[in-house]
Amino acid sequence: MKEYPPDGGKRERLAVSNDPTHQFLVNKIVPIEIGGIDFSFTNASLFMVASAAVAAGFLYMTTSQRGIIPSRMQSVSEMSYEFIASMLREGAGSSGMKFFPMVFSLFMFILTANLLGMMPYFFTVTSQIIVTFALALLVIGTVILYGFYKHGFGFLKLFVPQGVPGALLPLVVAIEIISFLSRPISLSVRLFANMLAGHITLKVFAGFVASLGALGALGVGGAVLPLMMTVALTGLEFLVAFLQAYVFAVLTCMYLNDAVHPGGH
Amino acid sequence: MSATPAKAESTPITIAQAETTTQTHSAAPAGDAQGAAAPAGELHTETGVAHGEQPGKGVFPPFDQSTFASQVLWLAITFGLFYLIMSKVIVPRIGSILETRHDRIAQDLDEASRLKSEADSAIATYEQELADARAKGHAIASEARDAAKAKAEAERLKIEESLNAKIAAAEDRIAGIKEKALADVGAIAEDTAAAVVEQLIGGKATKAEIAAAVKLAAK
Repeated sequence: MKEYPPDGGKRERLAVSNDPTHQFLVNKIVPIEIGGIDFSFTNASLFMVASAAVAAGFLYMTTSQRGIIPSRMQSVSEMSYEFIASMLREGAGSSGMKFFPMVFSLFMFILTANLLGMMPYFFTVTSQIIVTFALALLVIGTVILYGFYKHGFGFLKLFVPQGVPGALLPLVVAIEIISFLSRPISLSVRLFANMLAGHITLKVFAGFVASLGALGALGVGGAVLPLMMTVALTGLEFLVAFLQAYVFAVLTCMYLNDAVHPGGH
Repeated sequence: MSATPAKAESTPITIAQAETTTQTHSAAPAGDAQGAAAPAGELHTETGVAHGEQPGKGVFPPFDQSTFASQVLWLAITFGLFYLIMSKVIVPRIGSILETRHDRIAQDLDEASRLKSEADSAIATYEQELADARAKGHAIASEARDAAKAKAEAERLKIEESLNAKIAAAEDRIAGIKEKALADVGAIAEDTAAAVVEQLIGGKATKAEIAAAVKLAAK
């Protein structure tokens, strides 16, 4: 670490600034250790707190007027509320509305985390597989617990579709169980991989701009292309940030529908 | 590189990372202490990150299991608090705002339809009164016309009557005058006849003879 190459470490620093995975590093801010397990407050924790604070703060501040005629920002809060409310009502019916705070929280938290991650130098909470997996487990755990609590063993009808010939039934049930078990994986990997891949792509193209720009006049001319690409990708990533929060919420609604109405579709 | 988990996604990344030997120096001091205390099973990946100065030892950051416990804990804390705030404050608040608005709109619509029906009934009353007034006006006009006509007729009759009376009186007077004149005609004729007889025959006829003769001639 101390022994830089003869060029004074320029190559090294360039490599760090161009390293597309550097942005996903979790750094400790306040080291905490309980029972030999590392529970440090890290930059990931900081941005989790920031996401929750920004989302809650925005919703709280914009609705503090309680205007009959909403201001623009209040409209944004109300629109996001009604957006998720109609999504859940269509997905899981009116009896699924008891999960509205959870779905709304998930959507707002993921959306805010995704959007905050688009800021330069900000950490993207949802680019960590453990975070998305924990959120997915929360959803699936809720589905399983509520399903058994509400319907008892009737919840298992979820795995036995109606109108299937007896001979095929074991196969179909096996497929249903596998598809159910793969849900938390697909739900978490989809969000994680989208955020990760988008940020890496952005970083790589932006890195091209920097390295080409260092090559002189010809390089600066050549850097225009990756720069345009970076700008376009930034727009795309904002779309993806919203879309992945939306997809997560929609799938949550669909899975909750299984808990509310198992076997009935 | 030898410590990198054999995950397909991480392979190209770790190659890029291998060039960056100093990337984790900022996290290194804290990571050293934590790394020693971590479970032995994950030690190799953990130290790979913590001792960033060893070339190629870095694990792909999102798969660095040494951070998992801390991330899950802080996610649970932040998302739990966020969920509490959302379910206790935000959702009821926005829900009540929307409900109030819906109620208000429904109330305003009711008010509007009530005012509209009021206006409609007012218009109906107005038109009813207008029609009544018009009918009354017609009645008054025709009454006045009839009265005037009757009065004119009565006056005409009266005038006609007085005229008739005058005509009758005049006729009576004419008849009287005529009668008197006719009566005078006999005397004049007798006088004339006496004078004529005296001139013609020189003798005098008696009054009775002349009167008889005039009467005969007058017939």
